[in-house]
Amino acid sequence: MSDGVWWASQDFWRKCAIFVTAGMFLVLILLTFHSMAAITAGQDRVPAYSVINHRIDYVFDEERNMKVPVIGEEAPLFGEMLSEEEAKALVDLGKLTVQAKNCMNCHTLLGNGAYYAPDLTKAWLDPGWGNEQARELLMTMFLKDPKTNARTYGTNRRMPDLGVTDEEVRGIIAFLKWMSAVDTNGFPQGFEPLPQGGS
Amino acid sequence: MAEAAITNPFRPALDAVAARDASSLSVGQRLALKYFLVAMVLFVAQMLFGLLAGLQFLYPEFLYGVLDFNVNRMVHINAMIVWMLYGFIGSVYWLVEDEAGVELVGAKLANINFWILTSAVAVVVVVYLVVQVGPGNQMSIWLINEGREYIEAPRWADIGIVVCMGVFFYTVAGTFMKGRWSGISGTLVLDLIALAGLYLAGMFYTTNLSVDQFWWWWVVHLWVEATWEVLVGCIMAWGLMKTLGARREIVTTWLYIEVAMMFGAGILGLGHHYFWIGTPEYWLGIGGFFSALEPIPLVAMVVHAVYDAGRHSFQSRNHPALAWLIAHAFGNFLGAGVWGFIHTLPQINLYTHGTQWTTSHGHLAFFGAYATIVIAFIYIALQRWRGEVWMSGDLPDRGWKWKWSLILLNVGMLGMTIALLIAGYEQSFIERAIGGSTWAAYFEGQTQPWFVQGMQWRMVFGVLMTAGLVLLLWDFLTIGRGETRPAKEVHAPGPHVG
Repeated sequence: MSDGVWWASQDFWRKCAIFVTAGMFLVLILLTFHSMAAITAGQDRVPAYSVINHRIDYVFDEERNMKVPVIGEEAPLFGEMLSEEEAKALVDLGKLTVQAKNCMNCHTLLGNGAYYAPDLTKAWLDPGWGNEQARELLMTMFLKDPKTNARTYGTNRRMPDLGVTDEEVRGIIAFLKWMSAVDTNGFPQGFEPLPQGGS
Repeated sequence: MAEAAITNPFRPALDAVAARDASSLSVGQRLALKYFLVAMVLFVAQMLFGLLAGLQFLYPEFLYGVLDFNVNRMVHINAMIVWMLYGFIGSVYWLVEDEAGVELVGAKLANINFWILTSAVAVVVVVYLVVQVGPGNQMSIWLINEGREYIEAPRWADIGIVVCMGVFFYTVAGTFMKGRWSGISGTLVLDLIALAGLYLAGMFYTTNLSVDQFWWWWVVHLWVEATWEVLVGCIMAWGLMKTLGARREIVTTWLYIEVAMMFGAGILGLGHHYFWIGTPEYWLGIGGFFSALEPIPLVAMVVHAVYDAGRHSFQSRNHPALAWLIAHAFGNFLGAGVWGFIHTLPQINLYTHGTQWTTSHGHLAFFGAYATIVIAFIYIALQRWRGEVWMSGDLPDRGWKWKWSLILLNVGMLGMTIALLIAGYEQSFIERAIGGSTWAAYFEGQTQPWFVQGMQWRMVFGVLMTAGLVLLLWDFLTIGRGETRPAKEVHAPGPHVG
């Protein structure tokens, strides 16, 4: 660290620290502006909330070499077409409930959270619901009474009764349906959705 | 806290040396002791709730419906974040006056601030444990729990934390402004501004989960993989000067090198959290590349610490502190560096994200990078508190308590990390690669014998760690008491001027 060698001097590294930090932060800010525009609801990668009025398919994209969500024909949640505002309000209620019930400290959402219970990213499309027709009913029954309706697949881990109201249940399901339409670059790996639309 | 300890009925034999020196602690140092005390209480809470959550993996009916996994896990990780912050704040209050050469500015305010912050933390924990969850509305977010991993604290507490951090910042920056500046203090103050500013990025609600997680990572990543690392870099620099008598010019130059490399890699390394949350594909390349560089400054820190220790022939004035500083250098490199690197490239992360790989990395990284240095610093503080007593080699009873607590805590953590990593390998193989990431595949992975055994071994090593913590706290209460030899002289540099 002799002062005689420029590359080992305190002054050189102080300047390095300042310029590198400022430069990297600037790049991050620029990328943040771009990413924010790309993930606003209704853009290419993150769907509008009214996506819950449609079937969500999950198909392989040759060009990107990964599976991507594809918005299909009309398939309104609970048989009710909603406007963009109504859909947003319902998804919002779901998101608030998911936060207020602290779901993320057992489950993962987009892979983030805790690992005591399954990832919810593609929960709406999970083949465990059996078929398209039964899905909404089974999800509702499970969320209303998880103690009785839990399928623990041999782990005995059951979701506790979180006291969700009927409207909150609808919100949670709307939120899960919306989330399944987010383009997650092929995460989670190799996911195969339940058969939909006669497929 | 000093007075309380002196009148402790279990310690009637406390000698006059300690009494004299306790009263000679500076204002900032007395405040630091309070922060360290709360930090250790929260460390115990972290361990306790970690044990409960670990047990629930093995016995899911245990406390089901009373203290569910999500509550235990939330308290486990929140207690950790807060005790480490308390440890950092304590460390900064400990060194600020020495580094600035003047008495703490706004000492009274800083003291009130401690009590407000601590009361708020207590209220938040009680609400977590008693109320647990609320209805799906904004009131729950504001009053009970925000439901976002690591920053679950309700919004009222967020605002309180920002105000308290503001007061903390004012007292520290004010002290340096009144006294003198140095490379360490300049870096520290700028880092504290960034640290507090970043917390604001987590203080809003949005329906859009992708936007939510984008900013959530600004707080979580840019804290633990950037600003916290620089903060402990400052503390480490000061610690090496105090324990080894390392030259200020050398530690300061190293600090700048570390800042350049840490922020150079860590700021855009943020991109490794943007692979799968809906953000554009360019993050796969940017995040993968820059996060792969993140271990480099951590290697530099190991070189730095070992070089300095070797340069001074391990002649330290505080052996336990030096041992923990070295544990920090290696723990940071292994936990944050190696364990982070092994699953940071998107090609691997696609299979490992959201599995026990992350748990394994999280445990070793937080312990190695942060728990270790706070413990080291507490030893530095205790030495002074007990009257600048001898804490080098040849301690009474050969210093078995500090040595065994060091061994138990580190072996326990390494064992947990390996057990969790094996469970993670199994999970990414069965659940992701073979099973296709469905719920059925998830549970298939969770019931495999190798996964279950991983969870059992994690528990065994967790108990080992707990024993280490008990021993550590016992050592904190006793080390240096009754010691009459003064601290070993090391060639500490004189106060830096200019």
